Amino acid sequence: MALKQDQVAANKKLALKLVWIIVGALLFAFALVPLYDVICSVTGLNGKTKNSAESAAKAVVDLKREVTVQFVSSVMPGLGWNFYPKQSSVVVHPGQVTTVMFEAKNITNVELAGQAIPSVTPGKASAHLKKIECFCFVRQSLKPGEVKALPLRFFVSAELPEDVQEMTLSYSFFPASQQ
Amino acid sequence: MSTTTVAHHDEHHDHPTGIMRWLTTTNHKDIGTMYLTFSLIMFLVGGSMILGIRAELFKPGLQLMNPEFFNQLIGVHALIMIFAALMPAATGFANWMLPLQIGAPDMALPRLNNWGFWILPPSAILLTLPFTLALFGVGDGALATGWTFYPPLSVQGGIGVDFAIFAVHLLGISSVLGSINIIVTIYNMRAPGMTLMKMPMFAWGWLITAFLLIATIPVLAGAVTMLLTDRHFGTHFFDAAGGGDPIMFQHLFWFFGHPEVYILLLPVWGFIPQILQTFSRKPMYGYKAQVYSLWAIGALAVVVWAHHFFTAGMPVPALLYFMYSTMAISLPLAVLFYCWIRTMWKGSMSFETPMLFTVGWIILFGVGGLTGLVLADVAADAQYHNSYFVVAHFHYTLFAGGIMGIMAGVYYWLPKMTGHMYNEKLGKLHFWLTAISFNVTFIPQFFVGLAGMPRRIPDYALQFAEFNMISSIGAFVLGLSQLLFVYIIISCVKGGQKATDKVWEGAEGLEWTLPSPPPYHSFTEQPVVK
Repeated sequence: MALKQDQVAANKKLALKLVWIIVGALLFAFALVPLYDVICSVTGLNGKTKNSAESAAKAVVDLKREVTVQFVSSVMPGLGWNFYPKQSSVVVHPGQVTTVMFEAKNITNVELAGQAIPSVTPGKASAHLKKIECFCFVRQSLKPGEVKALPLRFFVSAELPEDVQEMTLSYSFFPASQQ
Repeated sequence: MSTTTVAHHDEHHDHPTGIMRWLTTTNHKDIGTMYLTFSLIMFLVGGSMILGIRAELFKPGLQLMNPEFFNQLIGVHALIMIFAALMPAATGFANWMLPLQIGAPDMALPRLNNWGFWILPPSAILLTLPFTLALFGVGDGALATGWTFYPPLSVQGGIGVDFAIFAVHLLGISSVLGSINIIVTIYNMRAPGMTLMKMPMFAWGWLITAFLLIATIPVLAGAVTMLLTDRHFGTHFFDAAGGGDPIMFQHLFWFFGHPEVYILLLPVWGFIPQILQTFSRKPMYGYKAQVYSLWAIGALAVVVWAHHFFTAGMPVPALLYFMYSTMAISLPLAVLFYCWIRTMWKGSMSFETPMLFTVGWIILFGVGGLTGLVLADVAADAQYHNSYFVVAHFHYTLFAGGIMGIMAGVYYWLPKMTGHMYNEKLGKLHFWLTAISFNVTFIPQFFVGLAGMPRRIPDYALQFAEFNMISSIGAFVLGLSQLLFVYIIISCVKGGQKATDKVWEGAEGLEWTLPSPPPYHSFTEQPVVK
């Protein structure tokens, strides 16, 4: 169907404008990745906690309050380890520095490296669980059959919302061997 | 006017014939026919896959297939029904009817239109090829993650995931090309005098659909591309070990996925009021209210996505926001329902097949909408999530609200497209078979879902046995009834009673001013709308 020349030009012009919307939407999809991280770390969404050391120097110990911290561990497929906390939970005062031991064993006959990823529930508590020292800060490597004690030193900040009496810290060990 | 177009038509007999006609055509009617045919074929392919599922679920225990194959059938069924059956059907109608309804000689970008269609068959092949490859020992079959591609499962999956990712890329390109074309056609090609607020409702429905498509399909394309690089190029977008987050995929996916629901339904909401006014023999009620409601739904569609994964863990304020915004969609939708019912009110109604499908559609789609309100309730959703209740709910919206709507459109416009009347008796039989067996299939699923039967699992607890057996019987009747639909369409294309130009006594609109079937080139002189 032969369209008039000015009609064809007008159609092309509008079509090109629409292409820009599509390009914009595609860029938006990739921009959502950093945006998502920022939103999660600001709001504590998905229980993301800081994976770096914090200082307990300025922590105020609130002896009037008690908080139960539970520990959950899992190992992702592809990593032949046993991994569990030595205690399933501890009761702490906000501000009080506590050490908890985890243990990992390589049950395969090859050396394997793993990276632990923490997550805290409920989400609004995640920003208040402060780690001073953690095996999750670096990659861990285990020789065949090796057993390793993995320490975690942490405290719960006194700013933890009043209604949180219990929180769960979960660690998942992911395979992290360099191929 | 029609005489001039017919005269014009005779000068243009130099187009190629046979297969080359269809490969190279830039004619909107040819392309519309190809879209609709493709959609019908893929509807049957996707339907036979789910009959495999229902056969397996006929009895508890594993009888016919292993769980991997079951998972593959479920995921590919959904992708085919959404991307290769429902969306092409709506695009087919847009190609056939938009130029006729707005008085344009053709679509604005005919060559783009041709490409848009011919991308579809290769992508359908990509989607289903892994089934065949697995028979020859290559790979382990098709996508087995469900249509939602959730990582980490999709990162670990076999080659079926890669095939599906590329299929989605192609389907996405096809959709955005089609959308560009439709927006340009509606904006630039309307007949003189046809202002936006005088456009047929179908054009409004499609205009909003097209905008939703070009805004959200690229996000899906981006998300599956990230999945692809996670799988093969060592990125960690969705891998928690590398600092990524699998939940982020759910956000990206449903940012597309929720508007997709309205992408499937808005074109139907466009032509349903036209069918209602035709068979009620009075003008559509609340044209303006309907247009504004369509826009409101289009806008709300992109801000409610997280209600698909309330249980993934979200802060309470986010849960409340997504709950209330989701429920807010029912307000413009209630306006639409009111207008549809009010159009019929005190009308001089008759119940030919298109009207039967439309009235049935209003009732069944209403059930889908109301059960959606239940699911939107955060507190209740923990019980309903990932259960058969959800399956029943979205089949009420997408089979009843989508496919039965499309069928109403097929019966409404088939005489215009072919120039022959379809067999009214068989059409009515097809409606009753479809409507009854659809309910027999899905009403039991509400109950088993509420009782705790999870979706996407090939086996189930014994207490669900009776309801599943009823559901499977319904599904087989529903599936076989569609062969009648195919027969009705084929016999209508081949011959039958000659259709008049106007076809239906109460029909209004430019497409009914043309002969049935319309000439190959129509509206070469644009009509003037007063």
